[in-house]
Amino acid sequence: MSTILIIEQVLNGLQSGVMLFLMAAGLTLIFGVMGLINLAHGSLYMVGAFAAAAVAGVTGSFLLALLAALAAAAAAGVLVETLVIRRLYAADHLDQVLATFALILIFSEGTRLIFGSFPLYLDIPSWLSGPVTLPGGIQYPLYRLALIGAGLAVALALWVLIERTRIGIQIRAGENDREMIAALGVDISKLYTLVFALGAALAGLAGALVGAIQSVQVGMGEPVLILAFVTIVIGGIGSIKGAFVGAILVGLTQTLGSVFLPVLFRLFLEPATAMSLGASLANMAVYILMSLVLIFRPAGLMGARA
Amino acid sequence: MKKLLLTTALAALATGAQAEVKVGMITTLSGGGAGLGLDVRDGFLLALAQSGRDDIELVVEDDQQAPDIAVQLSDKMIQSERVDVMTGIIFSNLAMAVIPSAVNQGVVYLSPNAGPSQLAGRGCHPNYFNVAWQNDNLHEAAGAYANTAGYTNSFILAPNYPAGQDALTGYKRMYQGELAGEIYTQLGQTDYAAEIAQIRASGADSVFFFLPGGMGISFLKQYADSGVDIPVVGPAFSFDQGILQAVGAAALGVVNTAQWSKDIDIPVNQAFVESFSAEYGRLPSLYASQGFDTANLLISALEKADPSDNDAFRAALRDADFESTRGAFRFGNNQHPIQTIYAREVVQEGDVFTNRIIGVALEDHADAYAAECQMP
Repeated sequence: MSTILIIEQVLNGLQSGVMLFLMAAGLTLIFGVMGLINLAHGSLYMVGAFAAAAVAGVTGSFLLALLAALAAAAAAGVLVETLVIRRLYAADHLDQVLATFALILIFSEGTRLIFGSFPLYLDIPSWLSGPVTLPGGIQYPLYRLALIGAGLAVALALWVLIERTRIGIQIRAGENDREMIAALGVDISKLYTLVFALGAALAGLAGALVGAIQSVQVGMGEPVLILAFVTIVIGGIGSIKGAFVGAILVGLTQTLGSVFLPVLFRLFLEPATAMSLGASLANMAVYILMSLVLIFRPAGLMGARA
Repeated sequence: MKKLLLTTALAALATGAQAEVKVGMITTLSGGGAGLGLDVRDGFLLALAQSGRDDIELVVEDDQQAPDIAVQLSDKMIQSERVDVMTGIIFSNLAMAVIPSAVNQGVVYLSPNAGPSQLAGRGCHPNYFNVAWQNDNLHEAAGAYANTAGYTNSFILAPNYPAGQDALTGYKRMYQGELAGEIYTQLGQTDYAAEIAQIRASGADSVFFFLPGGMGISFLKQYADSGVDIPVVGPAFSFDQGILQAVGAAALGVVNTAQWSKDIDIPVNQAFVESFSAEYGRLPSLYASQGFDTANLLISALEKADPSDNDAFRAALRDADFESTRGAFRFGNNQHPIQTIYAREVVQEGDVFTNRIIGVALEDHADAYAAECQMP
């Protein structure tokens, strides 16, 4: 196992981590501010990818496609928030899960009605395609480097928004005490719509960015949604910083686990057993990580509330 | 719904219609695998329409790719709708949940896609016919093609679930070279950066993969962008008409194995491709050809015998006296196909990505489990 391979795998882990962060950030914001469990977050990811694929198909421009993804997912978010979610804030978590699960089905079959059952085509723009050579002779796809850069930039922008702006103060206040900030004259329902739209736009952006190297198809959001939930549980529900740390941890654990666990088992097991055992354990690695975090820090790594 | 059925039944009595054959199709029409079920259904419907028979009643239900739903639907079809023949299932895990109990209740099952090994060997049944392939077949053909192409050091990967394990077993059954690496990926995995890095470092001279549906699209796009240029072979599932447009240029030149291709130059296939495109506005896929062949097999048997005469009907099915879109077609002792499997190459025709036959991978190939099958 060469150093080059290890560095490459760490980059891969980082890349999947920052993309996971885009999903987890929205999820954790929505839960933190509104106390809402939004299972339909994966559908907003799918909406972003489909909007990007449709616009890229017509215009051929990847940047326009990204804008379309942001706009479409944010619009879908506003629509869903005002029509459905708004009625659920006071409801029990179980009712929220039920209603947002229904939204998943509506989004999936709605998308199928519009775009059909076959996967759509969305490709990396030519100016970002192909591998580049990094110091040390590592060949690495340029697009994945761009994804790491984009993810980090969004994380930084979110940090500035939350910590340094007036809206950020309102969001943080909303997390702590929603009755009090309503009493202070902040229009809480507008704030909720805004936060929901922001979370949705982040999910849509992730869908479009990742859609270019994956398959744009109905149901693409649900596997990511599960990982995003694991991420915010690890990071501490409601904490953006926690979501970032959690996402990077999950990304690295998943990537490095799938590569190195089979190799590790091969040291003391025969190859065939080592391979299937390693692969099975790698699948479980993030959940084991989550259990360990919950044992030692029940509120998550950065969670404030127990 | 019940009322509707009742009125139709009354109307049928009133006009003294002939005895109808009832066919139940449970297939995947929603969720990630919907494209496959849709193609099987459309191929089947096309053949029914072309036959001009109006005595075949088809009931179509969506299994949502969930075994429990498939079982419920199948119980309903057998017990309350009393179907004579069933067909449609795409995925092997659903097939294992539905088929053994259906055939034991006396229903004839014609599989248009799934061919799990359990039903080809000791679990074979006189009422069960597979019209597509045994699951291992296309992978075996890929292994055979790797030998002819002169590959001696393959890197192989598949998802960690029964059909994925069968795929690697199938490839290794025919392939004679060394293995540069063997990986099981996660089912439903969408990022293959880690695997591609291992392929790059392995020094392999070829890559074999079985990653059906969206997994294959993701893998191929990422593989093409990684700059690794080791040749790829695989079964047709990741290179079929339904998904090639989503993969795009990343799939160009990849060799894949299939028992059917749209350029098999026989009149029945050319007519099928033409009429399917005209009817549905898209090119037919492998799955569409399997649905079409399944319906034509059924029609050929109905010409000779009535399903109520179980023995005669099964004998008529075993004869496989129909013109298949893939050319010569016959059943082995376990009622699975013995057929030729081709090597195809992904090409671009205008702005459409499709496949072209470049040679025969396995001629007159039966499956490895036939010997274990003891029909009563």
